[in-house]
Amino acid sequence: MKADRGQLRVDENECKGCGLCVEACPPHVIALSEGLNHHGYRTAKYAGEGCTGCGMCWMVCPEPGAVTVLHLVAATVQAGGVECTGN
Amino acid sequence: MPEIGNTYEVAFERPKSMYAQFDRKEDLQHTTHYCAGCGHGQVHKLLAAAIDELGIQDRTVLTSPVGCSVFAYYYFDVGNVQAAHGRAPAVATAIERSRPGATVISYQGDGDLSAIGSAEILHAANRGENITVIFVNNAIYSMTGGQMAPTTLVGQRSTTSPGGRNPATEGYPLRMSELLATLEAPVYIERVGLGDNRQIAQARRAIKRAVENTTKRLGFSMVEVLAPCPTIWKMSPVEAQRWVKDVMEKSYPLGVMRDRVKDAEPKPEPMVAPGLAEIPGLLGIEAAVPGEASRSGHRRRGKAVHLGVRVAGFGGQGVLLLGEVLAEAGLEAGLEVSWLPSYGPEMRSGTSNCHVRLASEPIDTPLVTMPEILVAMNEPSLRKFDASVKAGGWVIYNGEEFPAELMREDVHVLAREFTREAQALGDPRVANMVMLGALLELAGVVKAEAIHKALTKLVKSPKWVELDERALARGRVMAREEREQVSRGCGVMVG
Amino acid sequence: MHRQLMKGNEAVVRAAILAGCRAFYGYPITPASEITEAAATLMPKVGGVFVQAESEVAAVNMLYGGSSAGVRCMTASSGPGISLMQEGISYLAGAELPCVIADITRGGPGLGNLGSEQSDYHQVVKGGGNGNYKTLVLAPNSVQEMADLTRLAFELADRYRNPVMLLADGFVGQMMEPVEFAGKALEPGTPSWAVTGERETRGNMITSLHMKFDDLERHVRHLEEKYRCAEQLEARVERSFTRDAEIVLVGYGIVGRILKAVVAEARAAGLRVGLLRPITLYPFPTSEFRAIASHARCVVVVEMSTGQLVDDVRLALNGACPVEFYSRVGGNVPGHDEVMALVTRLAREMDLQARLEEMGVAHA
Ligand SMILES: Cc1ncc(C[n+]2csc(CCOP(=O)(O)OP(=O)(O)O)c2C)c(N)n1
Ligand code: SF4
Ligand code: SF4
Repeated sequence: MKADRGQLRVDENECKGCGLCVEACPPHVIALSEGLNHHGYRTAKYAGEGCTGCGMCWMVCPEPGAVTVLHLVAATVQAGGVECTGN
Repeated sequence: MPEIGNTYEVAFERPKSMYAQFDRKEDLQHTTHYCAGCGHGQVHKLLAAAIDELGIQDRTVLTSPVGCSVFAYYYFDVGNVQAAHGRAPAVATAIERSRPGATVISYQGDGDLSAIGSAEILHAANRGENITVIFVNNAIYSMTGGQMAPTTLVGQRSTTSPGGRNPATEGYPLRMSELLATLEAPVYIERVGLGDNRQIAQARRAIKRAVENTTKRLGFSMVEVLAPCPTIWKMSPVEAQRWVKDVMEKSYPLGVMRDRVKDAEPKPEPMVAPGLAEIPGLLGIEAAVPGEASRSGHRRRGKAVHLGVRVAGFGGQGVLLLGEVLAEAGLEAGLEVSWLPSYGPEMRSGTSNCHVRLASEPIDTPLVTMPEILVAMNEPSLRKFDASVKAGGWVIYNGEEFPAELMREDVHVLAREFTREAQALGDPRVANMVMLGALLELAGVVKAEAIHKALTKLVKSPKWVELDERALARGRVMAREEREQVSRGCGVMVG
Repeated sequence: MHRQLMKGNEAVVRAAILAGCRAFYGYPITPASEITEAAATLMPKVGGVFVQAESEVAAVNMLYGGSSAGVRCMTASSGPGISLMQEGISYLAGAELPCVIADITRGGPGLGNLGSEQSDYHQVVKGGGNGNYKTLVLAPNSVQEMADLTRLAFELADRYRNPVMLLADGFVGQMMEPVEFAGKALEPGTPSWAVTGERETRGNMITSLHMKFDDLERHVRHLEEKYRCAEQLEARVERSFTRDAEIVLVGYGIVGRILKAVVAEARAAGLRVGLLRPITLYPFPTSEFRAIASHARCVVVVEMSTGQLVDDVRLALNGACPVEFYSRVGGNVPGHDEVMALVTRLAREMDLQARLEEMGVAHA
């Protein structure tokens, strides 16, 4: 199976649950959590796979540090060894 | 699964030019004070990203406005100056002018920029100040709870337009970008939106472009950002975002309103400041001349002098200059002097007058309410001041027929057509100098040498100096003749 | 030591530049315009900044910006313009930004006229902006003092991190007298708190905003403390024949000059008259007034306003001595003969009362 090109991290403490990233995400891999964080927000949650690393969620997020997007730079395939490098 | 071995690197994260923790904020120091889905938060992120990408964090100075973004300094790890409501462009102007190495960014809301600060933004733009203005337009006064702004849409309800904005009484939405784009100076003005991903991506490019212009010292750049305010609009963040695109954009078309970036010349480098030693000279402050002690204090030898003169006439007769030459000559002669003009519109029309004192002791009041000598260059002046002349004093009047009712027993009069004398000398405009010559003869306080020095200082053209000297000489002769005629002294003035 | 003839307004700009002022933002108004005009000519010559602002509101906010950037800067205006600057002056004091503002006062209220008045005392000395703040106020009475006090104003502004105002009447601004510029040209360094757009100052922040109640209270108390210090250290007066004076004349600016002539004449007539001229209007020279109250029998305040300075004199004397007041307004000047007549009348009354007391007749 191919590795996702990107990865999303949401800081639960910073997210205000506005949902703009959910709306912005082209592959629709972000949702709001069912439960509330300690401020009372339903925070953004990565579905776990399918992130392309486009950074759209980061760009639309009004909170400075709520969203971090990572890019795949080196993927390990089943057999081992580098299959691809990100940018 | 083998993903365990996959390596990821951070690609998008908290901009470096924003603090990791907001220590200036009272509590909740990990999040902004903005509401969920606020356009300000989005614009902050885009602006900070631009600062990072351009590598200008150290040199950036951000002025924050009054409005929801008043606390921008909580977040931006750059030099911060918080300005009064609407005044950020004036504040930014001054910072940039004195610190041309700084990249100065004025961040403002729509109430701040288009209402109370409309003059400041207009003139900063018109002067072509080298600043970036980030103009966040959410069509409402948010911080104060949702009152109407000049940018509020037609029909849009607010707490001060409860029935919806009515153009008949409240006018139309003010399109600041279009308005400013009518000016010559701005190099770059663009309106962008936060209505969807594409718009936001464009907003990011525009903001970076504007800031880049400023770093290159190209002049005035502004990006207007149509931004959601979900709280005051009473919408969810996603609804508010859509409203920007579906509704707001119709009143505020997106696009570039001005782009002269390619042709813009960078502002000239500031001049190298002169050395401190050169400054007095540049200010026209005269250096002491060795041996010329006479000016450096009042005259100690010779007879005591206490002379008060009033000179009056109509504007254009050289009333003030007459007084100035007299004062300057007095100073040359080592006397204490003062010169006090009438000022204001009187200078342009109607009457003009001045008070001059020459004294061997420090002068208390520079006002001359009871002159020893009155120089009246026209009849109205004579009528105004004749009664004020001290008993035993002189009236020098520009006219042969001295009005009988103004004749005083206790005052000497020298009444002549001085203007005609001046005409005979070559120019009627030197009548003031003929009269000054007469005055000097009668008062006997300053020597010709001092007068000559004063004249050459105040009158730049040698041709005029020559004419003035002749005029002065003529005046002296006229006064001497008069005095011989009446054979009365004038010691009164110099007692 | 070389004296040259110059207008008060022109002396201000030269003294300012010598004191290290390198930015001027102005808006024209009679009778202060020569200051702005001279700055327009001279600032560029010394590598300084001159901006003709779109209004006094903009000018004072430019001061806020220039001062934030750590530059010695100034502006000048007259009554109507100073009214517009009050917003900015409050912000400057709140944000602790040093700067110098000259008010060459004209007639008011409203447009009033272009004549000379002293009716801006309240708006300058008491402050017309919001909040608990003070401006230090210097009141020159001659062209020489226009120069000397401008230099002092910059020193005080930096020392107290506060706006300092020069309050002069139109006469002092417009008249020419010999002036000598004392002291070398200065180049003040950049204060450590300034925001200059450099790495070293990136952490600096200028604001007048303190959201927490306790923070604002602490800040206001700090300002209060500064003002108390200034009150201890900076009050200045000119005294003339006050030691044995029975009648003490009080006036500032041009009025102080007129009163000096009155003192000379009164002394010549054998009357024990003196002059106390406040040079600083804030801090007010309260202790000087307390000192004369021990022997003066009457204090006569003369102003070109309907009574503004006189309030402070009464507060300072706190009933210790009777206060008489004489004023002219509208551009008119209290004539030296008018004041002399008042002094003569007061002296006669005092003399009469003394004789009645000698005769043991109680005086109502
Ligand atoms: C002189 C002055 N008048 C009024 C106010 C009150 N006030 C604070 S913020 C604001 C409106 C701000 O609206 P805008 O610029 O649109 O910013 P937003 O809050 O919408 O971002 C007003 C009127 C003030 N602080 N100062
Ligand atoms: S955009 Fe930011 S604040 Fe909004 S839900 Fe996504 S992560 Fe949370
Ligand atoms: S009220 Fe509006 S502008 Fe202010 S923080 Fe909230 S969403 Fe943003």
